[in-house]
Amino acid sequence: MTIPAELDQRFRDAADRAGLVDVAYDLAESPVGDLLVAVTERGLCRIAYRPDEAVDELAVDFGVRVLRIPRRVDRIRRELDEYFAGRRREFNLPLDWSLIQGFTRMVLDRTARIPYGKVATYGEVARDIGKPRASRAAGNALGANPIPIVVPCHRVIRSGGVLGNYGGGPERKVQLLELEGAG
Amino acid sequence: MMEAVVIPPFERFYAQHQDEVFGLLVRRLGRQRAEDAFQETFLRALRAYSALRHGEHLRAWVLTIARNVAVDAFRREQPTVELEEPVDLPRRPAYAELEHLTDDLPPTERAAVFLRYAYDLPYAAIAAALGSSEEAARQAASTGVRRLRKKEHA
Repeated sequence: MTIPAELDQRFRDAADRAGLVDVAYDLAESPVGDLLVAVTERGLCRIAYRPDEAVDELAVDFGVRVLRIPRRVDRIRRELDEYFAGRRREFNLPLDWSLIQGFTRMVLDRTARIPYGKVATYGEVARDIGKPRASRAAGNALGANPIPIVVPCHRVIRSGGVLGNYGGGPERKVQLLELEGAG
Repeated sequence: MMEAVVIPPFERFYAQHQDEVFGLLVRRLGRQRAEDAFQETFLRALRAYSALRHGEHLRAWVLTIARNVAVDAFRREQPTVELEEPVDLPRRPAYAELEHLTDDLPPTERAAVFLRYAYDLPYAAIAAALGSSEEAARQAASTGVRRLRKKEHA
């Protein structure tokens, strides 16, 4: 027997209010496809281009009590909409960095400071964190970025104007850079 | 060694079992009361979900929770009526013997023994199913086992 939509909604809200959820998520539509957007108590923890896989990954990373609770991601959805409409250049969202440490954290922190519409190379990012020979490792760290778009790993490219890889596929990297008018 | 079945994200567990749970509750309690019982069932499951050690028998588990929530709802309305109805568990051939042995146990003890020894669920999850404390669930399972032993030696 199919459950009524209000009942489903009521359960999700009750679970959230009772503080029983490790990670809340929802899907957000965007010009680069449907995104999974997820938050913990600390803040935004995940944006994913492959929502279905990401639900399982969330359970492994943050705890099995993963539940879709649309209103928990309303603010993120709004900021993303504004960004894709060209009306927002910076995100103003608390992030959950709890699983990102060490070298990866340094790389992503540095990347987060690249301004809208600008790019840096893997080598520059590596140099700026004091590891000039680690540009390949920096590339790997960016490939594992759990919060793409908001932590703008699309702004890091190879030297010589080659774009290089992107977790969401190179075509999305082009799309985001074009949106920002970079180049 | 067999790989343990991975515990699915709660969202998948909820999506998979919500219709069956709701159907069961509607049959036992009627449409109106089934709605509150539905919420209570999945909140109990969610409270104990992190304590699970494997992802097996989750359907049997959540149906047991639902049945006990229904029994509680029923008792609240007719506090003087003793419920005769046993907590029936889904039948699985592998546990046929245990099922047969536990037939005469009081419903709560039977459910506790089953969830513990046939389904290998942790006491936190059994407590959620029975709507009791972890200690009470442990007690029910051990009393049940003792009763079974006595029967065996009788």
